[in-house]
Amino acid sequence: MFNKISFKLILTIVVVAILVFTGYAIITLQTQTNLVMSQVKNFVNTQSETIKNSTKVSMLNNNRELTHEIIRTVGQQPCIRQVRILNKEGEVMYAADTTEIGKVLDKKAEACYSCHASDQPLEKLTISERVRVYRKHPDSTRIMGIINPIYNEPSCWQADCHVHSKNQKVLGVLDLTVCLKHVDQEIASVRQKMVVMAGLAIILLAAILWLLIQKFVDRPVKKLLTATRQVASGNLNYNIPDLGNDELGILARSFNNMTRKLAEARQQLFQSDKMASLGRLAAGVAHEINNPLTGILTYASFLLKRTKNQPEIHNDLQVIVRETMRSREIVKGLLDFARQSIPKKIKTDIHQVINRALTVVENQLTLNHIEVEKKFAPRLPEVQIDPNQMQQVFINLISNAQHAIGSKVGKIKIKTTLVRLSPYGKVQIKQALCPKGHDLMDERQRIDGLPSIKIKVQLDGQEGMVYLDPIYGRNHFRSEISVKNDDIKDIVCPKCNISLIDKEQTCPKCEAPVYLLEIPGKGQLQGCFTDDCQWQYWDFIEKQGPRDYIEIKVSDTGCGIPPEIIDKIFDPFFTTKGQQGTGLGLAVIWGILENHEGTISVESKLGKGTTFTIHLPVQTT
Amino acid sequence: MSKEDKHLLAIDDEQVILDAVKRVAGSEGWQVSTAADAHQGLDLALKNKYDLCLCDIKLPDMDGFEFLEHLNRTNSPLPVIMTTGYATVENAVKSLDLGAIDYLPKPFTADELLSALYRGFRYVQIQQQQQSKPDPNSLIVPCPSQYKKLGYASWCFMDLDGSVKIGLSFLFLKIIGVIKKINLLPMESEINQGFSCAEVEAKNGLVHPVVSPLSGQIIQRNENLIENPEILEKDPYFEGWLYVIVPHNLNYEINHLTFCCQ
Repeated sequence: MFNKISFKLILTIVVVAILVFTGYAIITLQTQTNLVMSQVKNFVNTQSETIKNSTKVSMLNNNRELTHEIIRTVGQQPCIRQVRILNKEGEVMYAADTTEIGKVLDKKAEACYSCHASDQPLEKLTISERVRVYRKHPDSTRIMGIINPIYNEPSCWQADCHVHSKNQKVLGVLDLTVCLKHVDQEIASVRQKMVVMAGLAIILLAAILWLLIQKFVDRPVKKLLTATRQVASGNLNYNIPDLGNDELGILARSFNNMTRKLAEARQQLFQSDKMASLGRLAAGVAHEINNPLTGILTYASFLLKRTKNQPEIHNDLQVIVRETMRSREIVKGLLDFARQSIPKKIKTDIHQVINRALTVVENQLTLNHIEVEKKFAPRLPEVQIDPNQMQQVFINLISNAQHAIGSKVGKIKIKTTLVRLSPYGKVQIKQALCPKGHDLMDERQRIDGLPSIKIKVQLDGQEGMVYLDPIYGRNHFRSEISVKNDDIKDIVCPKCNISLIDKEQTCPKCEAPVYLLEIPGKGQLQGCFTDDCQWQYWDFIEKQGPRDYIEIKVSDTGCGIPPEIIDKIFDPFFTTKGQQGTGLGLAVIWGILENHEGTISVESKLGKGTTFTIHLPVQTT
Repeated sequence: MSKEDKHLLAIDDEQVILDAVKRVAGSEGWQVSTAADAHQGLDLALKNKYDLCLCDIKLPDMDGFEFLEHLNRTNSPLPVIMTTGYATVENAVKSLDLGAIDYLPKPFTADELLSALYRGFRYVQIQQQQQSKPDPNSLIVPCPSQYKKLGYASWCFMDLDGSVKIGLSFLFLKIIGVIKKINLLPMESEINQGFSCAEVEAKNGLVHPVVSPLSGQIIQRNENLIENPEILEKDPYFEGWLYVIVPHNLNYEINHLTFCCQ
């Protein structure tokens, strides 16, 4: 908790905010208090001036009763604490509080101090200098006092009473004291409001910050952390969802990119490892079998040489020698198959490769009166291929076509085009795993010649296998049972029964549960297989968008392939040519195209002919 | 050839093969000594004088290639025929590179073994003849300078159009003697570097495989040879070509070839 970035950020910002707000509040309060106090001073000054003026007439008339009356009335006002008029000697002449009348104040008393501080009393003072603010006791309310000097005026010395002589300047002072209770209350309430507001602002700021940090920092960082843990535990197919376009988003994308490349590298390593172990196995088998075969072959052939005049034994021995020779060829074929090397790809014009392949088989085709029709697209981009291996592909396809036509008159058509294909219905799924890592590919159940993906579906009361089409989006799947939208109980791995259902999503078309399969190195595949919905989504491929392919169609007008064997034609050792063929031709083609990230598919009508369609990706870089 | 003079050293870790070689070669007058591993074989080869050695590649401890290297270091003149159950181009080429005179993939028939031994023996004979007393009357047809070869048996010539012509060397023809018949592979067949691409039947009844110098596909064959195999002996480097092929992997395989005239 205390180590989290969000906590540290919020704490720092809150501390800074408290400091800023406190400083601001102190300054504001100070200014406002000063302003209020100066207004109060002016107000009190005006009040004292008013009192002075209202007593002026009674003073001049020397009507002491009236003066007393005015002062008393004024003193009754709620906020006024004391009103006194002092003469020059400091004697209280009039006061609202009658007990004070006659008292003589010392010149050092707080009311007098401002003028009488120096030896010679001052006669003119500013408002601020005449005002004093004090407390009677430390915990009582504040009091403001104002001294208003009563100056000598012509009317004073000209009056009949002749009390004051002409050369007196100050005749006495009016001392007014008011309590500041209300003002102080006002200031206190403003201060309280400001503190509350500042507190609320800080809390609000912290809350908004927390929300923003949660959204922009915490959650993305958490996702990144989960991803690094997943990758650390070996799951290289983990993909961080899109985190936007900020730095963390970019980090996530480059992280995804990195793991994808790692996964590809691992996949390649795995593939080459597989090929290497297959090669080692074949080499071991070849060596081990070839030794005993040598024993049989030498002795048998040696015996054969010496039994030429014993036809019966001779014939039997011939069988032994012939069959041993056949075993020898099989082992050799196995070695050749295992040795299929990594393609040496270079940028090549595909038409050149096809033309070279045609040169190789030309004589044979002419001898059999087979016409070749070339329909080449103008200006095809060059493709990154191994020209020798691709030449092999075309030679094999053309000679297969030639065998299919046989001795009849026929035609072989080779057509090239540039096509832009959506990955939907194009890309082959070559590997699929359950969450526990079991391989789901099924070599026996093939769909259009390709190994299918086998999963088990459990309905209420029954269960059965579903064989998914390995071509993404084509959906030629086969199901042992009928599956309705709402009766799917679970979809599981046939090996470990772990659920394959994606718990976070249902089919966007029919809302049935969808399966989620791991495609090693290539993200995840989602899909639905109810009777009337065939939705599939493969994030990895969809993100790549449509790609350019060179499409090569090799068609013949031959005998066609019976539908019951069309699934098997790419299998190694499957042949219709009997002793004539090894059954490796199309398997080798298959392997070559796989090494080129290309595909091959077949369409055939019995008696009408066969078309092989090859798609080779055009590299954009 | 005199029956008593021929001594063969056979090295193989499989007893059945040693027995078979003893039995088959013995029937043609070879005296066969055997060794179950390369150390023992090397001891024997250095101690005694043999005319020919037949050695397996995959042997325990020291393999056939190391055996060849040891032999080369001691300047032993013993000609060696390599044999292996794991017949690959690499093995064949490496054997020839290291100075083996022939390469016999297992499993072999009695005839294949005998023809290989015969060629080996003739090879030694011809070498000895040339070194000791060159016969001024014997005609040596030299190999054109731009031709290349793999081992001593076959040559190839790369044409400007990318096709390659393949044929038999004069030495090979001299070794196998008068030719009765030649068996060529059918058109469009695939041939592989280091492996047999044709069979030559000699008058003495032995059938000799022709090692192909390159891999590729046959696009033309010399039909004249089937009718008149003697063309081969008359003009082995021009009229006596065997095939024209489209090579599969020329850039790589060319590294295994040497100049024919060397």
